[in-house]
Amino acid sequence: MAAVITASKHRLWLSVLVAVVLCILSAAASASTDAQALHVLNRLAFGPAPGDVQRVASVGVEQYIQQQLHPDSISLPAELRQQLEALDTLQLSPTQLFDAYGPKRDADGAKLTPADRKALRQHAKVILQQAIEARLLRAIQSPRQLQEVMTAFWFNHFNVFAGKGLDYLWIGSYEATAIRPYALGHFHDLLMATAESPAMLFYLDNWLNTQPGAPRAKGRFQGINENYAREVMELHTLGVNGGYTQNDVTTLAHILTGWGLCPPRGIFSRPGGFCFDPQRHDSDSQVFLGSTIAGGGQQEIQQALDLLAYSPITARHLSYELTQYFVADDPPPALVDRLTHTWMQSDGDITAVLEELFESPEFWSAKYRGNKFKTPYEYVISMARASGLHMTKVQAQSKILAGMLARLGMPLYACATPDGYKNIQEVWLNPDAMMMRLSFAAFMGSGNTRLDTGDMDAHTRVTQLLDTLPGLLTATQLASINSQPQALRAGLILGSPQFQYR
Amino acid sequence: MNRREFLRYALWAGSGALLSIGTRGWAARITESLAANRRLIVVFMRGAVDGLNVVVPYADEHYYQARPSIAIPKSGQEGGVRDLDGYFGLHPALAPILPLWQNHTLAFVHASGSPDPNRSHFEAQAYMETGAPGDSTVSSGWMNRLLGALPGAHTPTEALSLGNALPLILTGANPVSNLPLGRNAGHAMPMDRSRVAQAYAALYQGDTPVAQAFHQGLQARGELMGDLQQEMVNSANGAPNAIGFANDTQRLANLMQRDASIRLAFLSVGGWDTHVGEGAVEGQLANHLQALAQGLATLSQGLGNLYQDSVILVMSEFGRTMRENGNAGTDHGHGNVMWLLGGQVNGGKVYGEWPGLADSQLYENRDLAVTTDFRQVISSVLSRHLRLPDTGLAKVFPDGLGATVNLSAMLKA
Repeated sequence: MAAVITASKHRLWLSVLVAVVLCILSAAASASTDAQALHVLNRLAFGPAPGDVQRVASVGVEQYIQQQLHPDSISLPAELRQQLEALDTLQLSPTQLFDAYGPKRDADGAKLTPADRKALRQHAKVILQQAIEARLLRAIQSPRQLQEVMTAFWFNHFNVFAGKGLDYLWIGSYEATAIRPYALGHFHDLLMATAESPAMLFYLDNWLNTQPGAPRAKGRFQGINENYAREVMELHTLGVNGGYTQNDVTTLAHILTGWGLCPPRGIFSRPGGFCFDPQRHDSDSQVFLGSTIAGGGQQEIQQALDLLAYSPITARHLSYELTQYFVADDPPPALVDRLTHTWMQSDGDITAVLEELFESPEFWSAKYRGNKFKTPYEYVISMARASGLHMTKVQAQSKILAGMLARLGMPLYACATPDGYKNIQEVWLNPDAMMMRLSFAAFMGSGNTRLDTGDMDAHTRVTQLLDTLPGLLTATQLASINSQPQALRAGLILGSPQFQYR
Repeated sequence: MNRREFLRYALWAGSGALLSIGTRGWAARITESLAANRRLIVVFMRGAVDGLNVVVPYADEHYYQARPSIAIPKSGQEGGVRDLDGYFGLHPALAPILPLWQNHTLAFVHASGSPDPNRSHFEAQAYMETGAPGDSTVSSGWMNRLLGALPGAHTPTEALSLGNALPLILTGANPVSNLPLGRNAGHAMPMDRSRVAQAYAALYQGDTPVAQAFHQGLQARGELMGDLQQEMVNSANGAPNAIGFANDTQRLANLMQRDASIRLAFLSVGGWDTHVGEGAVEGQLANHLQALAQGLATLSQGLGNLYQDSVILVMSEFGRTMRENGNAGTDHGHGNVMWLLGGQVNGGKVYGEWPGLADSQLYENRDLAVTTDFRQVISSVLSRHLRLPDTGLAKVFPDGLGATVNLSAMLKA
């Protein structure tokens, strides 16, 4: 009898032991699944929104990555679609924007008075405002997160400044038509879309670029302007040490003569606003980067930009930039090499290159996890997402968020120089920025009514935030946060050292 | 003197050996008392100002041939340059700083700039801010490294940048502070409440980069907010300021007057990228120059007695093409002019070797040549004005100072 009891006791012990071990194992497994989910949400998205970590963990990280790489497979929520459609200036073509909001002459053809011009400029502010609203709406609420991450990435790469001349007209249309549709497409198409966009043509002055002495070289169209020719090589394609010379810059400027904007309301006017004017073009044959480009007009430009788009130097430059964004400020060279290879094999298929990147051991290595210091943009968007900010009062909320970005030194569409904003720690981490970031975190975490973070009480807000960001904080930090007044806690989580990184 | 200061002095005196502090420490303190009052303000003109229309070589006919619509007329003609030395003249929009030329506290170094041929704004600005032209491996700014090399008491407010984000020139290992400009400057924010600051402080322990930045930020913020509130109370009693840049320089002058710990300051001013419609006596460039001149005049007056112990260095990333382009503007060029203002400047003189403007004398047959490396100008300010020893100079400019030119007369001993 006693032996039986002992045996059953043993069995009981054994089963308890097994249960405990299983429990620990599954907790460990779920902690590591959560950690993986958090990692992809930090890198492929602007951080997790409530429920995201659990959703990614349940569909599986691989499946999530595949969905994100193919944004068309993810439908946009009806509410978001309606909010975006309501932003009417984003539905207009560049020519329509010019006609509706651009500089005008009065009915007699005389120039407007300064007061009228000012009123017109004021009226046109809605374009930038709507561009900002659309960007923030999508960044915070679009389920196509990688598309938004890449849109911000490529916008910085092909930066255009809303404050330069007529670019206030085309800033939103530029992102909507030249950047986002190609953000996960082929690099060549992206390069061409930006090259033909009125925003870029105006920003880097190529619309003025004219062969001296050409039939239509008159007025302001009289000379060579090499601004775009230089930047398209230095920034957009080959990179600063890309092996080209000042001579190549000048040659490319000659090739690009006549590549510009349609004359307003002229017979050549097209909705896109881009026109090539053979009457301002230098049609001599040129030797560019060692290749002969026969004279003949627009196809010269196509040929020169093809050379740049498909160059192995471009492949390396862009592979470096992508690795720097997705893996580490100081990109591991072996990964850059492999991505360069994939880039060349796939003729610059951005999705193929990213797929390889997301499968790489470097991307998953503990060494590089949580090591990217968030830019102000990434920080503000990730705070909004983690807080479950619902963009119901788009105008008012956008104004607050855009104001934060400006104060943190990263105003939207307002990087004046063509190199765009950097994404490395060295540029963004400094004492003043930390004070500003944590102040915004405290504001965001306080459930401030102006930002309208919902009507949750402070306790629910904290609980939800901790569920949204599993494993982010150490036990010591949690204890420290729990010793603070309830109203400060959410802000402390958003302002924690770990949340400064992705 | 705490241990770190002690080590700094020992290092500064040219020796890592602590035993030598006896004699060398004494020497260090003597120099320090002289240098401790010295201040340096750097104004960066972002976008590459057209130096040939700032300090105009009006006696050179090549200048007028190359610029049919944007040249500034000769001295004595209507709208002409204000003569400086019979060869160079000042753009008439810069009249507000002419009195400084006349009292010998304004000088220029013409045909100065970076030896690097890069004509991209951001690369060239970056190289001038890192002080290591052509060397993309240097990622901190020379003013930040200067902080580490300077003797004396160190606080996070020792170097101040005015502007919305910290510029590269002040980026680096040494703590600096940053104040936004405009209406936002004096607003209190959550981190100004000690309850909030302390709650965050508990999370930012250790010596990680974010924790260091956090604690330096907290300290600097506390000091500057105190200064700023006082400054705003004071300035509300005064007359309203001139527009734009002069507002910023007035604020800087007031802060420096109030807070003796601010020894280095930086601010930048944009709008110089005149590819199209540059203008001549009037127009785009003239408008910007006038605002700049008013700001500098405001600064020199606002500094009061401090002006005697200050050098204000005004620089830009590169010059612009000698010939005007098809859009009545100028494109990215090479050599430019640097400006020095302050009581320690031997002013009333255009320094530097003038390379000439004939085709054969131009850099790449298009730009003013560089005969004085910008590091030569800065390093003479650092060594003669701030008394930085050669060991310190080597830290500030790790790649050297470029070709040596003699600028010893430019600053008072």
